[in-house]
Amino acid sequence: MTAGQIIVGMASCGVAAGAQEVYQAFEQKIEATGAQAELSVSGCIGTCFLEPLVKVRGADGREWTYAEVTPERADRIVDQHVLAGEPIREWTWEEGVYKDAVEAFMGPQVRIVLRNCGLINPERIDEYLARDGYKAIEKAVTAMTPEEVIQEVKASGLRGRGGAGFPTGLKWQFAHDAAGEDRYLICNADEGDPGAFMNRTVLESDPHSMLEGMIIGGYAIGASRGFIYCRAEYPLALKRLDIALNQARERGFLGKNLFGSTFSFDIEVRQGAGAFVCGEETALMASIEGQRGMPRLRPPYPTTAGLFGKPTVINNVNTLTNIAWIILHGGAALAQYGTPGTKGTKVFSLAGKVARGGSAEVPMGTPLHKIVQEIGGGSFSGKPVKAIQMGGPSGGCVPATLFDTVVDYEELAKTGAIVGSGGMVFMDEDTCMVDIARFFLNFTQDESCGKCTYCRVGTRRMLEILTRICSGEGTMEDIDTLEELADKVKNTSLCALGGTAPNPVLTTLRYFRDEYIAHVRDHTCPAKVCRPLLTFSVIEEACTGCGACRRACPAGAISGEKKQVHAIDPNLCIKCGVCYETCRFDAILVE
Amino acid sequence: MSNEMVGGVALSVVDRMIERYGTSSDAAIPILLGLQETYGYLPLEALQRVTDKTETTPNQVYGVATFYGQFRLKPVGEHIVRVCHGTACHVRGAVGISEALSEALGLKDGEDTTADNKYTVETVACLGCCSLSPVIMIDDKVYGKLTRKKVKDIFKQLEREESNQ
Repeated sequence: MTAGQIIVGMASCGVAAGAQEVYQAFEQKIEATGAQAELSVSGCIGTCFLEPLVKVRGADGREWTYAEVTPERADRIVDQHVLAGEPIREWTWEEGVYKDAVEAFMGPQVRIVLRNCGLINPERIDEYLARDGYKAIEKAVTAMTPEEVIQEVKASGLRGRGGAGFPTGLKWQFAHDAAGEDRYLICNADEGDPGAFMNRTVLESDPHSMLEGMIIGGYAIGASRGFIYCRAEYPLALKRLDIALNQARERGFLGKNLFGSTFSFDIEVRQGAGAFVCGEETALMASIEGQRGMPRLRPPYPTTAGLFGKPTVINNVNTLTNIAWIILHGGAALAQYGTPGTKGTKVFSLAGKVARGGSAEVPMGTPLHKIVQEIGGGSFSGKPVKAIQMGGPSGGCVPATLFDTVVDYEELAKTGAIVGSGGMVFMDEDTCMVDIARFFLNFTQDESCGKCTYCRVGTRRMLEILTRICSGEGTMEDIDTLEELADKVKNTSLCALGGTAPNPVLTTLRYFRDEYIAHVRDHTCPAKVCRPLLTFSVIEEACTGCGACRRACPAGAISGEKKQVHAIDPNLCIKCGVCYETCRFDAILVE
Repeated sequence: MSNEMVGGVALSVVDRMIERYGTSSDAAIPILLGLQETYGYLPLEALQRVTDKTETTPNQVYGVATFYGQFRLKPVGEHIVRVCHGTACHVRGAVGISEALSEALGLKDGEDTTADNKYTVETVACLGCCSLSPVIMIDDKVYGKLTRKKVKDIFKQLEREESNQ
């Protein structure tokens, strides 16, 4: 009889790909066959493109990872691998069809933040403890002074991973030195950038690593209370945080007099209520205080007067996840990675038109082309990657011609983009850059809190201009006005939301001005995205008269007899593109 | 305790939330989130009671209720369908997914709730499942790698499951 373990990857990405059904299939099959296998779950290892993932650990201790598992495959895995001891090699990472893709994706990575993701059950503290969990906080509290902890973080060169890149050790130093008794540490888990999911991956897959970083931070700055501000759109992350916090309290890693010292610390979770601006630190604190999330002028900086007027440190999830590792391995161990000004590693979320989507952690200093081509595998369509968008609504588009740029706060800023929180959205030649600029402006004008006039009104005017250009009604003067407004919004906004809102427009204008001009002067959308500029017609030679487009057309604009060439009535056509997506014979022409 | 009912739910729910989160003004958002989870929206009567029973002011509570995207002041359908319009979903066709949803649920321009009050459709900025884009979320379940056809199939499947129950 074969004993073993079956571990199903159950982060949100896995669940969305069907991991719940796969888990149930294993459960039923184990019960029906009496197979001697323990069923467990893990978080996400980062290869979201291969979900659902299932690890099978045989009685011999050897591990196999199955990709793209379905309930049917689960059935056969139990029969052949668990019961008969014969792995189905062609479905595995190790020897199957996925081998090359996995090696390309995982090979260049250095996993510090993601060190436990996908390897442990996030709901079992013992699995975290088995991987040196809570050893760093014990070391800090029992063998180091707060000043020594801060010194170690400074030596690591760690800078804020939320996007702004402020040196973490220095921030801690400021709060540590601030006057007064009470201090707070806040973990910013309000990951609002559309296209970014690095924080979600960690919170769902390895919440204890982040918690341990927070406790160490609390010790370093002399805080006794911490808050995690997590967005409500992440129900699974919230659930796992709650479980992890309770476990940490039970085991004495949170609470009074930790490790017999005078240091006491506890953490409370506060849910965000859906406002992008709350990622900005002063807005975030207003939100925790129960107010509308409106930023305020700095100084005073939060490290002097923050939450409830007390010195406060706000760190991103991924910043904090580095901390325990730094304390255990030393600051110099982190500083060996990276460039002179930017140390350590960075987790990127690869998404959009990428071939291999997921989370990948690379050393700072890695050239973009390595992430785009090797790890991401280029575009899923096989067409060249035209640009990547980094840093969400605050960031910019980096064109393929600049893919030699390395991941470094200062180097990337030169391109007009930012390292940002880590969102990296791939774009191929079927992505319209004007449409992307319009998309981001639509987002920022909607999320502007309304406090500063240029951010409130200026972004709206910019959106109107972009919408006009996308409908083919723009003028060359509009492009100039856009640039002028961008400059004003950038320079007259109080917080980073407004200050960076024009970046997507400015970078697309800088690198893809020809696309803007094509929309304005030629009334065409080169990527064939902006619908008002498109016409749909049937290519007579290719049409087989199958009728699929006619049945799919929501406007009833397509007519034709069976097995006869069909036609689209331009007066009825709403340009939705359903016919183009439906046709299996490439018989729809989009111009 | 109040025995008054709002939208089929007792107003005493407010008191329970206040008991759980406290009466200080920083409890406003947790209380409101709790109320919305129970009622599905924020009834004005409930907001009034929050301001009566805590250190919050009407100005603050109404301000918070209208500032944050999560809060709704109108009742919603039985199930919430969130269509992700994040960057990744956008470049992979979220606009078409929204159209397919409206078509599948019979929603006309501007409508967000079905006539039978079963579904309310919401557009959200990002669900964080970018590597499976485009995605939608029905209540707490995420559906990924969608096409227009898959959207229609999901609702057909849900209908079938319901009629089998």
